[in-house]
Amino acid sequence: MSAPETAAAPAAAPAAAPRGPLALRDARFLASELRLVMTRRRNLVMLAVLALATIAIGVAIEVTSPDPGEISPGEGPPFLASITENGLFLAFTALVASLPVFLPLAVSVVSGEAIAGEASTGTLRYLLVTPVDRTRLLAVKLVATAFYGLVAAMVVVITGVVVGALLFPVGDITLLSGTTVSYGEGLLRLLGVALYVTAMLTTVAALGLLVSTFTEVPVAAMSATAITVVLVEILQAVPQLSAIHPWLFTTAWLDFGDLLRDPVVLDGVVRGLALQAGWIAVLLALAWARLTSKDVTS
Amino acid sequence: MSTSVQAAPATAAAASGAALAVRTEGLTKRFRTGQVAVADLDLAVPAGAVYGFLGPNGSGKTTTIRMLLGLVAPTAGTVHLLGHPVPGERSAVLPRVGALVEGPAFHPYLTGEENLRRADAADRTVDPRTSRARIAAALDRVGLAAAAGKRYRVYSLGMRQRLGLAMALLRPRDLLVLDEPTNGLDPQGTREVRTLVREVAAEGTTVMVSTHLLAEVEQLATHVGVMSAGRMVAQGTLAEVTSATTTRVEVDCRQPRVAADVLTAAGLDGVAVAADGVRADLGPADPEAVLAALVAAGAGVRQFALHRSTLEELFVALTGEGFDVRA
Repeated sequence: MSAPETAAAPAAAPAAAPRGPLALRDARFLASELRLVMTRRRNLVMLAVLALATIAIGVAIEVTSPDPGEISPGEGPPFLASITENGLFLAFTALVASLPVFLPLAVSVVSGEAIAGEASTGTLRYLLVTPVDRTRLLAVKLVATAFYGLVAAMVVVITGVVVGALLFPVGDITLLSGTTVSYGEGLLRLLGVALYVTAMLTTVAALGLLVSTFTEVPVAAMSATAITVVLVEILQAVPQLSAIHPWLFTTAWLDFGDLLRDPVVLDGVVRGLALQAGWIAVLLALAWARLTSKDVTS
Repeated sequence: MSTSVQAAPATAAAASGAALAVRTEGLTKRFRTGQVAVADLDLAVPAGAVYGFLGPNGSGKTTTIRMLLGLVAPTAGTVHLLGHPVPGERSAVLPRVGALVEGPAFHPYLTGEENLRRADAADRTVDPRTSRARIAAALDRVGLAAAAGKRYRVYSLGMRQRLGLAMALLRPRDLLVLDEPTNGLDPQGTREVRTLVREVAAEGTTVMVSTHLLAEVEQLATHVGVMSAGRMVAQGTLAEVTSATTTRVEVDCRQPRVAADVLTAAGLDGVAVAADGVRADLGPADPEAVLAALVAAGAGVRQFALHRSTLEELFVALTGEGFDVRA
């Protein structure tokens, strides 16, 4: 048989193409995965819900707020009182409001779908025989899900900025430490907060990926991930468990307030990021161990 | 019988191991439940062959194919695809292998073309610049060009099967592993798949095709392997495997008892007397001599026929008649 021999030659040539995690050919698969995540109608609906929730918060505050001047400082939840003074704070408030439930829920849905969704449609077996290396598959899925987390956070932030500008005064912004900075710097700090929130959501993405390797039922993976996040938040709220609180991944979720002080206090933020990095490493290692050893019979 | 049939490819394999596109040795899969799906399987698919992989449902064909492609880890034994060990070197060899495993599977909300684009993007060994042309050619080849823009969810079973074949043909392959490629296809579709397999094989691609359509295999395959209850019960060239079957003599005559005596005297086994004739296994006997003896004995022969078993009869003989799924 000489034909297979000749056919082997062209197949061998591209195999010599650059390898490694950042090779251009891998970017093509990542782009395909991002397109899949970002064009899925359900994922877009969740983004729309996040935007609507932000709008609802803005409208509710506008409708119920007394005339300017009647507000006594320190009243109401953090940030809320500041919104009527500066619309930019609507974006912060919306992030604080969506971080415990809405944002993790959206990321749970996308990450729970990641492996279990491919398994349930049967496309997982075809990806693996393409072949897509299982480690590479996990990396691409994590990056795509984290990207969705970033987009979700940015949707809240951008909606907050726009609606805040429409409903409330806009101008120089007074930080939590009392100093006043320009609107532009306020926007910059807001971007920093959005990136911090994305890092927190990446832990949820890694958790969802891990759960997703254990089942062929995407809904089960999504709900298990979301329930785990809520469970950890409940543990966080029980004072008797204060001994484990520093190690829960939700501990530092709201520490981004430090980015709104002058000078910026990075201690809490750095600690939060380090804790997330640790959790992500552990969850990914478990997901990798599971995915690379499992028999794909779906 | 199975041992004598298996002897031929085994010695061929020993002569030149590289000539086998698919080779397994002692391949075994025991699931965690304790069920042995595949037991001590020695598969030998020569390069350039069209290999019909047969066996009843639950005989272990799909598990075997999953092990060949590195989806399921064997409990014991080795797999070599195109000379490369799997799963060890699967990333080197799998780009040269097109596969259809247990039916097509695609994202339902993407169009046929988008699904192929995604499959092509996942393959890091292809040239992205030729992607569009290769996708169009593959869709055209399976007759799906007109439906390329429709969502996969509205595809009929036959269209889905075609899209699966198109994915396997996205690039030139040295080996095609097709699990039930004609499942759900109408007679025209089945013919087209047969033509497609012939074309691909003519280009030098080895084709391993599992199917229930034994008539297809008889028309298409150069080699066959028959699995039953996780074991290979017959393997070799189509001629080798079918020659292992017996030829039946069917005699219609006026004097069945006389004819039966003649056949028994001629050394034929399995003589069965009916009201209007006799049946027997021909064995090594010369049919012309048997007919002459029947006429000479005055059996009143009206019709004398030799009946060679079809692959289907062989299949049933090898794997059993039973309808029950193996526990």
